Amino acid sequence: MSKISDHIVTSYDAELNRLNALISRMGGLAETQLDGAAQAVLRRDAELAAQVRAQDTEIDALEHDVGALVVQLLALRQPMAVDLRYIVSALKIAADLERFGDYAKNVAKRAIAISQMPHIPSPGLDRMARLVQAMIKDVLDAYLENDTDKAIAVWNQDVEVDQLYNSLFRELLTYMMEDPRNITGCTHLLFIAKNIERMGDHATNIAETVHYQVKGVELPDDRPKGEDPSFAVFHAADSGDAE
Amino acid sequence: MTQHMELKTFVAPPTMEKPPEIALRNAPETKMAARDLNVFYGDKQALFDVALDIRSRQVTSLIGPSGCGKSTFIRCLNRMNDVIDICRVEGSITLDGADVYDPAIDPVQLRALVGMVFQKPNPFPKSIYENVAYGPRLHGLARDREELDEIVTTSLKKAGLFEEVKDRLDEPGTGLSGGQQQRLCIARAIAVSPEVILMDEPCSALDPIATARIEELIDEIRENFSIVIVTHSMQQAARVSQRTAFFHLGTLVEVGDTADIFTNPRDQRTQDYITGRFG
Repeated sequence: MSKISDHIVTSYDAELNRLNALISRMGGLAETQLDGAAQAVLRRDAELAAQVRAQDTEIDALEHDVGALVVQLLALRQPMAVDLRYIVSALKIAADLERFGDYAKNVAKRAIAISQMPHIPSPGLDRMARLVQAMIKDVLDAYLENDTDKAIAVWNQDVEVDQLYNSLFRELLTYMMEDPRNITGCTHLLFIAKNIERMGDHATNIAETVHYQVKGVELPDDRPKGEDPSFAVFHAADSGDAE
Repeated sequence: MTQHMELKTFVAPPTMEKPPEIALRNAPETKMAARDLNVFYGDKQALFDVALDIRSRQVTSLIGPSGCGKSTFIRCLNRMNDVIDICRVEGSITLDGADVYDPAIDPVQLRALVGMVFQKPNPFPKSIYENVAYGPRLHGLARDREELDEIVTTSLKKAGLFEEVKDRLDEPGTGLSGGQQQRLCIARAIAVSPEVILMDEPCSALDPIATARIEELIDEIRENFSIVIVTHSMQQAARVSQRTAFFHLGTLVEVGDTADIFTNPRDQRTQDYITGRFG
C-alpha cells in the first residue's frame, strides 16, 4: 500500500497529514474520555465526571474540522483509489469517534447521579470498560499503522464485550430483585453498561473501516456477536433456556 | 454504397450473427480485440505485447502518462499509423473477428467503420453542411440530395449540434466555437455510420461547459457505438467510461471496470499514477 504522504504535490500531502493528525487527536481524546468516565463511575467521582462531560465539546469540534477538511479535499483534490478510501474512511471514523465520545459523556452524566446513591458492586463493568478501552486503543493503532490483522482482532473481540454485557445484565437484575431500593442505581449502571457496549460497537465499526481503507474490500457481514441479553433473560425467566 | 457494404460483409462475416440488442446490453460482446500487439517506430518499440478488448456499446478509456503508448494504440485501431513510414505493427487487431491489417482491407473503408475525433477540433474549411456531408458523399452513402440532407440532419442531431446550427448550415464550420467545432467533428464521424469511434483527447482544448456537453454526448451515443477515448484527465475517464485501461512505458498495466480502477486498482503503478504519486 502507498504511503499517504508521497504525492508529487506536497500541499496535498500536508492536507492528508493534517487529516491524519485530526483523527489521531480525536482517537486519543476518545480513549481519555472513556477512561475518565469509567473511573468516575468506579470511584464515584462526580468532579471527574463533570470534567469528562465538559471535554466532549472538544471531540465534537474536531469532528467538524474533519468534516470540513474532507469536503475540501474531495472538492479540490478529486482523490482517487487509496487516497479516496483514506479520505472517506476518515469521515466515517470521525463519526464513530464522535458517537464514542457521546457515550462517554452519557456515562459521565450517570456517574454523577450514581455518586449520590448507595454503592452497588459491579466488577463486570470495570472489566467491560477496560476491554473496550483496549479495543479503541488497538483499532486506532491499526488505523495509524494500516494494520488489517490488528483491525480484525478488534473486530473479533466485540463478542467478548457482548458476553460481559450479558452477564452484567443478569447480575444487575438479580440485585434489583433482591432489594427494590437498588433499582434506581442498577438502572443507571445498566444504561452505563449499554453505553460501553455501544462504544465497543463503534470500535468494531472503525475496525471495518480500517479494513476497507487498506484493502479496498469490506469485511463480511457475519461478525461474531453475543446473544442479545434483553431477549435472553425474558426467555430465561419463562423457560429457563436462553435463546 | 456497395463498396461500403462489401467491407461490412467482410468485416462481419455472416457466420457471426449478432445477438439481439437486449442480450447485448446485458453481456457486452467484444467489438475490437488487440492481441500480442507490438509497435515500433524505427528501432524504438512503442508498444509491448498489448492484449486489449474493446467492447460493444461501451466507452473504454485509455489513461497513462505522456509517451506511454495510449495514442499509438488508438491509432493502430484504424490504421492511422500506416501513414508513418517508420512505423511497424506486429500482432493482430480484429474488428468483429476480422483482421484489420489484412491486405484485402482498404484503410479508407476501415476508417469509415472506425472513425476518429482528434484533440483539436479540425473542421474542413467548408460549410457546416459540407463538413458532415463530405464522408457520406465520399463513401457513396446517399443516392440523392434528399438522402444526404437526411444524413446531415440526423448526424448533427445525434451530435447535439443541430438546434444551434440549423439556420446557418451554409456558414463555415470554422466559425463555430471550439466546443461546437468538436461536436461538428463528432457529427462528421457519425455521418458515415461507423461502428467504433476513437477519440484522442477530444476535450483537452475545450472549456468545462463544452467538455460537459461532449461528455454528455459520448454517454448518449455509446448506445450505438463502441467508443475508445484517450484522455489525460482521470476525472474525465472516471466520468465517461465503463472500462479503463492503464498504459505505462508501452505496456498495458491494468484494465478493468472504471469504478474498480479508480477505487481499488490492483497494480501499484496504476495506484501511483491515478493518485498523483508518479516520480
